[in-house]
Amino acid sequence: MNTTTETRSVVVEREFPHPPEKLWRALTQPHLIEEWLMKNDFKPVVGHNFNLRGDWGGVLDCEVLAVEQHKKLTYTWNFKHEEAAYNLISVVAWTLTPTPTGTHLRMEQSGFRPDQPQAYGGAKHGWQQFFANLEQTLAKVE
Amino acid sequence: MSHAQEILFRTLADPTRRAIFERLCRDGEQTVGALTARAGVSQPAVSKHLGVLKQAGLVRDRHEGRQTHYSAQLGALSPLIDWTSQMAGFWQSRFDDLEDLLKRMDQ
Repeated sequence: MNTTTETRSVVVEREFPHPPEKLWRALTQPHLIEEWLMKNDFKPVVGHNFNLRGDWGGVLDCEVLAVEQHKKLTYTWNFKHEEAAYNLISVVAWTLTPTPTGTHLRMEQSGFRPDQPQAYGGAKHGWQQFFANLEQTLAKVE
Repeated sequence: MSHAQEILFRTLADPTRRAIFERLCRDGEQTVGALTARAGVSQPAVSKHLGVLKQAGLVRDRHEGRQTHYSAQLGALSPLIDWTSQMAGFWQSRFDDLEDLLKRMDQ
């Protein structure tokens, strides 16, 4: 495991057989965001502060940083916690690129520190996953 | 495997010890007595497991009167977790849900 203090990023990309305009709606309309991400009070306005509320009870504090309609959306993704391992200040950047058959969607979340194993706030979900992984790893180690 | 990982794996490999640790993660701080009531082993055995967990940095103890309270130290697990891949997994499943939503939006 990397022990430097530099921050790291997570990048997820996917092609969708839908036009950017439609993806944009799914990324920016609160009732649609709720369907695939979390409950929220999002508005596509730079400087707007909003919350994302997870099923586990966690609340993320976010602020819209950049909006370029149908192309680019950036917001902060912060999770306050008294324990440093959980405390997170990160930025989520969405980039939509039209392709002949639809849209290439790229998500980059940056700002994690290496000492933040659970930092995304999905601690409860993460724990279940962690223990499942641990069981599997232990089975291999034995 | 690093030395830190090895200690954590060895410490959590025991099912009873792991159950005690999981309980502290789930339910927060507990006394030895409360942990013993659920552990299915004797109090000295629970105390011994807590001692091993403490040595690995996985639990912390706090004395209050005649009672000792134990709590989980989640930060101690960092060497075990490749959290970037875990986070990528979170987003992959969000992308799956987004894909489903986009299909439904057609109808």
